[in-house]
Amino acid sequence: MEKLLSVKNLRVSFNTYVGEVRAVRGVDFELQSGETLAFVGESGCGKTVTAKALMRLLQEPFGEIKEGSEIIYQGEDVLAMDKKRLQRYRGNDIAMIFQDPMTSLNPTMTCGKQIMESLILHKKIGKEEARAEAIEMLRLVDIPDPEKRMDSYPHQLSGGMRQRVMVAIALSCQPKILIADEPTTALDVTIQAQILELLSELKDKLDTAIILVTHDLGVVANLADRIQVMYAGHIVERGQASEVFYNPQHPYTWALLSSVPTLAQGAKQELYSLKGTPPDLILPLNHCPFAARCEYAMTICRQAMPEETGLSDSHRVSCWLQHPLAPEVKPFYGREVTRHDKQVSTN
Amino acid sequence: MTNKSQPTNLVEVKNLSKFFYQRRSVVKAVDDVSFYIPRGETLGLVGESGCGKTTCGRTLLKLYPATSGQIIYDGKDVTGNLSRRELKAFKKSAQVIFQDPYSSLDPRMTIAEIVAEGIDVHFTYSHKQKHDKVTELLAAVGLTEEFANRFAHELSGGQRQRVGIARALAVDPDFIVCDEPISALDVSIQAQIVNLLIRLQKERNLTYLFISHDLSMVKHISDRIGVMYLGSLVELAPSLEMFEKPLHPYTSALLSAIPSADPEHERTRERIRLPGEVPSAMDPPSGCKFRTRCHYAIDRCAAEVPTLDEAKSGHFVACHRWKELAGALGEAI
Repeated sequence: MEKLLSVKNLRVSFNTYVGEVRAVRGVDFELQSGETLAFVGESGCGKTVTAKALMRLLQEPFGEIKEGSEIIYQGEDVLAMDKKRLQRYRGNDIAMIFQDPMTSLNPTMTCGKQIMESLILHKKIGKEEARAEAIEMLRLVDIPDPEKRMDSYPHQLSGGMRQRVMVAIALSCQPKILIADEPTTALDVTIQAQILELLSELKDKLDTAIILVTHDLGVVANLADRIQVMYAGHIVERGQASEVFYNPQHPYTWALLSSVPTLAQGAKQELYSLKGTPPDLILPLNHCPFAARCEYAMTICRQAMPEETGLSDSHRVSCWLQHPLAPEVKPFYGREVTRHDKQVSTN
Repeated sequence: MTNKSQPTNLVEVKNLSKFFYQRRSVVKAVDDVSFYIPRGETLGLVGESGCGKTTCGRTLLKLYPATSGQIIYDGKDVTGNLSRRELKAFKKSAQVIFQDPYSSLDPRMTIAEIVAEGIDVHFTYSHKQKHDKVTELLAAVGLTEEFANRFAHELSGGQRQRVGIARALAVDPDFIVCDEPISALDVSIQAQIVNLLIRLQKERNLTYLFISHDLSMVKHISDRIGVMYLGSLVELAPSLEMFEKPLHPYTSALLSAIPSADPEHERTRERIRLPGEVPSAMDPPSGCKFRTRCHYAIDRCAAEVPTLDEAKSGHFVACHRWKELAGALGEAI
């Protein structure tokens, strides 16, 4: 395991006519080689912006990475890279697949050309060679009859196939990091299962680190090694997948976990749903961002920002409930209450 | 419930087909589908994209003319040409909520105008009455009065979908086709909308046809679930039974694809992998349409089209081998 990426105090703002929207507000994390890290949260919590900032894909000057932020890729400062180095960095070192495979492929180019394009640009190889390699990539992502599919246009493929082509393009230059931004949201359940399986196979085969961005905790259970739950531009809880799923500590994580329906629940049962909406990111926040929607909010939650408390080496939570003086609460998150209670009493 | 003036089944569909004719080929989007929905109940319709579930819902609402078959609504056959008056009454009674809350609201109309559009067509209300009705509808779907004068772009996805629901409710319908109302939303918002739909159903005794590809959410709202594959209904059962004892291999594959928020369970369970993709509806396989991807297909499946048989009371399945497979399918989930 080698440290690929280290992000410190990342802050991203968008300058709009109504004011500065602070989408990411001080995010720290590290990524090791070969591991899968998941960003989970509702729309607008800053997970995609964080991912885009890693690739420097934010539109400047509209989107701005604030001073004091630090993104280090294998010892190199990403924020200081010049245009030429960035060109190489994107694609060779880090690649991204987007949510919507319908709109992120070029409709006027064949799939084969789109894969060859990045190969020719990044690997500096000839057309013939690139074509052979592109066919190899299509085979790798399990596209049947790759020679024929090379000359297909995106509209001739189904949604799942298009997403496979996207994966092939992203992985064509063997990047160390693959960012998958909601890779399965636009797809059917069966196809979603196929794509997730493909990602987990490729991860082992190519030893790529994956950053998985999603709003659905169900999707990450199988794939993720570590999970970071984001809310209003902050990481509110992070830990190994088993820690976040079996011993969640933040009320927001409880809420996310309970809104995924389990198969054990009966029909016509009321599902848990989180009230209210995330805070307006234009406003400054000097207290816990989740306090307004939290059922356990105390006075302190509306006055000061909670510190990150470490429960184990990897499991950390930003919540005032972790404070030694805080009352013990029973989470409403039904399924794992017993397991959780044991943990609380030992803390 | 049974009452002479009110038939138990609000909606009954018999051998409904909808074909789209192209220059040289025919797309059999809905092929010989039959089902019924009792008053006040919800039928969930699930299947992969392109299986004809949306077309089925739209044909049912007479948004597309049916190619053949019968739609019986509230005891009356509404399939053929209706008089203007009958058609208007049908359209008032049967409403729809669309999938994409972003493109189904007119960006140039205020929320109040969107919601009141149907009221103008079907009722003769005074200005004041209309205003009160809109306020009441917005309150019913959990929006405040302030939203009335806003435009769609000022709203979040969940709020927009609430407006879509308010619009459908505006003409006091009995039946609503919910066409993937939650697919475009975040998981946490999906739960809100499903809860809202369940509450409104109880309050107003609505009947739903709930179309979705997400089986786990469908289960929460549906009394019965129908599974479609390439235009045909392959299984129809009460929702709990469908989850516990699926009889069709396709249903069990769909169920096994649902991700669960439990890493241990995810890592240990065996997924049923369906080879390949859904064949084209222009040229469906002979016999059982699912046979090209079915792990249990035999020669008979290619030769004979399976009929939708009642396996148990209320549980229908279209598979030649359901009796032999009954034990094997439930375990994978």
